[in-house]
Amino acid sequence: MKKLSIYIHIPFCVRKCLYCDFLSAPTEREVMDRYVNALCREIIKKSSICKEYIITTVFIGGGTPSILSGERIEKIIRTVRENYQMEAGCEISIEANPGTITPDKLESWRRAGINRLSIGLQSAQNNELKALGRIHSFEDFLYTYKMIVKSGFDNINIDLMSAIPKQTIASWQETLKAVCSLNPPPVHISAYSLIVEENTPFYENTPKLPEEDEERNMYKITNDILFDMGYMQYEISNYAKPGYECRHNQVYWRRGNYLGFGIGAASMVENVRYSNIRELGSYIHFCEGGLDAIEKTSLNHLSEKEQMEEFMFLGLRMTEGVCEEDFYRIFGASIEEIYPEIVEDFCRKGLLKRKFNRKTGEHWIMLTRYGIDVSNTVMAEFLLS
Amino acid sequence: MAQIDQSKIRNFCIVAHIDHGKSTLADRIIEMTGLLTSREMQAQVLDNMELERERGITIKAQTVRTIYKAKDGEEYVFNLIDTPGHVDFNYEVSRSLAACDGAILVVDAAQGIEAQTLANVYLALDHNLEVFPVINKIDLPSAEPDRVKNEIEDVIGIEAQDAPLISAKNGVGIEDVLEAVVQKVPAPGGNPEKPLQALIFDSIYDSYKGVIIFCRIMEGRVAKGTSIRMMATGATAEVVEVGYFGAGQFITCEELSAGMVGYITASIKNVKDTAVGDTVTDAENPCAEPLPGYKKVNSMVYCGVYPADGAKYPDLRDALEKLQLNDASLHYEPETSIALGFGFRCGFLGLLHLEIIQERLEREYNLDLVTTAPGVIYKVHTTKGEVIELTNPSNLPDPSEIEYMEEPVVSAEIMVTTEFIGSIMELCQERRGRYLGMEYMEETRALLKYDLPLNEIIYDFFDALKSRSRGYASFDYELKGYEQSELVKLDILINKEEVDALSFIVHKDSAYERGRKMCEKLKDEIPRHLFEIPIQAAIGGKIIARETVKAMRKDVLAKCYGGDITRKKKLLEKQKEGKKRMRQIGSVEIPQKAFMSVLKLDDK
Repeated sequence: MKKLSIYIHIPFCVRKCLYCDFLSAPTEREVMDRYVNALCREIIKKSSICKEYIITTVFIGGGTPSILSGERIEKIIRTVRENYQMEAGCEISIEANPGTITPDKLESWRRAGINRLSIGLQSAQNNELKALGRIHSFEDFLYTYKMIVKSGFDNINIDLMSAIPKQTIASWQETLKAVCSLNPPPVHISAYSLIVEENTPFYENTPKLPEEDEERNMYKITNDILFDMGYMQYEISNYAKPGYECRHNQVYWRRGNYLGFGIGAASMVENVRYSNIRELGSYIHFCEGGLDAIEKTSLNHLSEKEQMEEFMFLGLRMTEGVCEEDFYRIFGASIEEIYPEIVEDFCRKGLLKRKFNRKTGEHWIMLTRYGIDVSNTVMAEFLLS
Repeated sequence: MAQIDQSKIRNFCIVAHIDHGKSTLADRIIEMTGLLTSREMQAQVLDNMELERERGITIKAQTVRTIYKAKDGEEYVFNLIDTPGHVDFNYEVSRSLAACDGAILVVDAAQGIEAQTLANVYLALDHNLEVFPVINKIDLPSAEPDRVKNEIEDVIGIEAQDAPLISAKNGVGIEDVLEAVVQKVPAPGGNPEKPLQALIFDSIYDSYKGVIIFCRIMEGRVAKGTSIRMMATGATAEVVEVGYFGAGQFITCEELSAGMVGYITASIKNVKDTAVGDTVTDAENPCAEPLPGYKKVNSMVYCGVYPADGAKYPDLRDALEKLQLNDASLHYEPETSIALGFGFRCGFLGLLHLEIIQERLEREYNLDLVTTAPGVIYKVHTTKGEVIELTNPSNLPDPSEIEYMEEPVVSAEIMVTTEFIGSIMELCQERRGRYLGMEYMEETRALLKYDLPLNEIIYDFFDALKSRSRGYASFDYELKGYEQSELVKLDILINKEEVDALSFIVHKDSAYERGRKMCEKLKDEIPRHLFEIPIQAAIGGKIIARETVKAMRKDVLAKCYGGDITRKKKLLEKQKEGKKRMRQIGSVEIPQKAFMSVLKLDDK
C-alpha cells in the first residue's frame, strides 16, 4: 500500500506572537467549533480518494492546537481513524504551547493515540520570551513539562529560536543547556533562526537583533552543544537522539505524499501540489457545503523538471543529503546528466560533499557545514528553468 | 482643394520656458479654431474614405493647421508649429523657427522671464520672426502682470504694454491671442511661380508611407509627381503625396505652394536622407541656392548600450536601426566590452536625448539594457601628431603616447534669483566653471555666464542646479569649442580585474574624489560572494581608492512550515533570477545596475 501523511492546521492562538506570520488568530469558542466541524467534513470528503493509502504520520500544527479542548482534538483524530487506514505505530504529533496545556487535555491526547508532543518554548530566558511576545515564562514551561512527563509522553520535541532580540551567545548557550538538562531530556530539538517576515509586527518595527557573525556563531555552538549531549543534526534546523527524528517532517523533504487539512494547508499527492483557501469564513462555508476548499490558483501538476528541482533542494536540507541512485530510479537520468558540473563545482568550492555508503552501495551528495550556511546559493543552482 | 490666399496664412510658433503653459495654450488655440475652412468641410465629407485610411497615424511634432474666423469676417489658416523645448534639440528648434513668420512669447505672470525664455526669444529674433508676448497664468494669486510686462520690455526690448493677459488653463483671453496672431504675424511671402524651395523642419518614418517630410514652402510649389531633390544630402525621389496636418492625422491635398506648411511623402526609406534644415527643391527645375542655416548635427554625448541578456544583441541592433529611421541624430556603431559583451557605442545630442532613446528601446522594443557612463568626445593629440576623437574611454592610448588632450566646453547662461547666486556660483566652481560675468535682469534676478566643461554637466548638473536654487534657476547652453585639459582615465578593478565598462575619463583634480565615491557605490551594489572582493579605483596602475565587499557568511532560510514549499521555491527563484541579471567578471557577479551607478555619484 502507498504511504500518506496528514497535516491538520489549527489557526487559533491566545495571542499572536510578534514574529509570527503563520495563519492564526485569537477567536471565540463558537468559531472554533464550526472550524473543527468543517475540518472533519474535509477529512471525510478526501478519504474517498485515499482508499489505497495507509497513513504513516499525522501532524496537528498551528497556530496553537493545544488551545482546543481535549474533546475537539479527540474528535479530529477519531475522524481520521474512522475514515483512513492507519499504520500500526503511526506517528501522531501535536504542537502545544506552555500556558494552554492541562492534565485533562494530556489525558485526552493519550486516549486519541497522540504519541509525540512538540512544545513551543523558544527560549529559557524570560526577557527574551517577553520580547518575542510569548504568553509564558520559563517557569510556566517547567511546570508544564513536569505535567507532560507525568502523563506518560516520552517522544517530545522542544522548539527553540536563535537570533532573537536581547539574545547573546551566552544566553543562547544557557537556553540550550537548560533544555538538555531537563529530566528526562527531550528526544528532539528544533532550533530555528529568527527570520523577520513581512506582515508581522517585527517587520513593521524591527527590534535590534544579533549581528550576522554572532548569529552564525550561535548556529555553530548549537550543533557543538547538542552533539555533546547526544543529539544528531539531521536537517538544517533539526536535532534528534538517534531513532527519534520526526518522521512527518522527513516526508516533506523526501517528497512523500501528504494531505493538508484546514485553512492554508498545503498538500502534495502524486506530484500534484495545492493549498487550501486561507480565509476562515470561506473555508468553513466551502466545507459545510461539501465543496473542495482548494485555492484553485495554487494547483500545480509538477513537471518532471520541477520534480527534479524539488528532489534536490528539499533533499539537501537533510544532513544525509540526496541519493544519486534514488534520483536515477525516479527520473531515469543521473544527477550528473541533468546538472552537469554543478555538483563538482560546489564540491571544489567546499559547499557540497559526496559520500559512498558501503553497506547499501549508494552514493549520496550533501551540504558541508559551510554549504549549510549558504544553502540558498547552492540550492538555487539546482533550479532548471 | 481650394486655393488658399497667401495673405490669409499665418505660420507661427509658441516660445516659452518649461511649465509656462505652452502646450496648454496650444490646446486652447486648437480647440477654439476649426480644423477646416467651410469649403473644405464639404470636401472632407466626400473624402471620408481617404481620411479613414489615414487615421491612426499620430504626428510626432504637434504641428497642426487650424482655421480661424477672425473678427474681420475672414477665415485665416493658422499653422502652429511646435518647437521642442530642450537645449539638446537646439538645432531642431532653430529650424522650426525658420519655418515660421511669427512667434507668441508666453511668459508666466508670476515667474517672469527665465533663461530658456531668453535663449528661445533671441533665437526667434535671430530668424527675423515677429515676436509678441502674452502674459499667462493671470489667475494665480502671485501674478504680477505689470511687473512682468516691464521686465519683458526692459530685458528683451519688445513692446509688451498691450500684451494679452490670459489664463490658458481657464480659457481666459484666448480670443485676444488669436486676433493678435492675425494682426501681428505677417502673412508669408514667396512666389508660387518660382522654382521650388522648401525647408525641412522635421521628418518621421512611417512603415506604410516611408519618410514623411514636414516642410515650409518658401518658394514655388510641390504636388504629387514632382521630382524632388534634397540639396544637402543629394537624395532624389518622386512625390507620392502632399498634405497638411489635421489634429493627429494627415490630410492630403493637391499641392503645397509658397507660404504653406505641410508634408511630403516620396517613398524615401531613411530619415537620414531628409535631414532637418535641408532644402527640398524640384529636381528638374532647381532653385539657385539652398536655404541658409543647414548644418549637420553632431553627437555631443556618447555611451555604451548593451543588452542585459547577451542573446538579445540582434534585437538591439534591429531596434536601433528602426529608431534611427526616425531620428537622424542618433548615431551608433558596434563595440565589444570584455565585461558586457557585444553592444553599441551610441551618440546623442545630449543627456535628455540619451534618456529618451534608452526609454524607447526598453518600452517600445521590450529590451533590458545596460548602459555605461555617458561621456563626451575628447580630442587626444598623440606624440605622433595625430588627433584621435575619443568616444570610448577604453580606447585611450597609453599615456606615454599622449601629447595632450582637449575636452568640449560650453557657454552656459544661468538665470537665478539673487538669493541663490552664491550657491550656484559655488556649484559652477565645483564643476570647473570659468566665470565670465553677471548681468542683473532686475533687482532680484541675475544672469550668470560661465564656460563649463561639457563632461561636468552631462550627468546631473541640471538636478544640482534645481536643488541648490529650490527650483528657481534655469539654464541654457551651447557648444563653444575644445580646450586643452588635464584629463586622466580612471579604471575600476573588481577582484583585481579591470572592468572596461566602468572606466571613465575625468579631470585629474576630481579623480580621487570620483574614484572614492565610485568604490563606495559599487560596494553597495555588488552582493556578497563566497569570498572577499576588493574594489579599487586606479589611475595608470596606481591605486587611489579601495573598498571591500565582505565574504558572505549566510543565506536567509525560508521556513517550509506544514509542507508549504512554495515560499522556499520563490526565494530560490528570486536568487537565481537575480544571478541571471548579473554580469560575470572573472569569478565575481556584478549586477547590471552597478554599471549605471557612476551616474548617481552625487546621491546623498
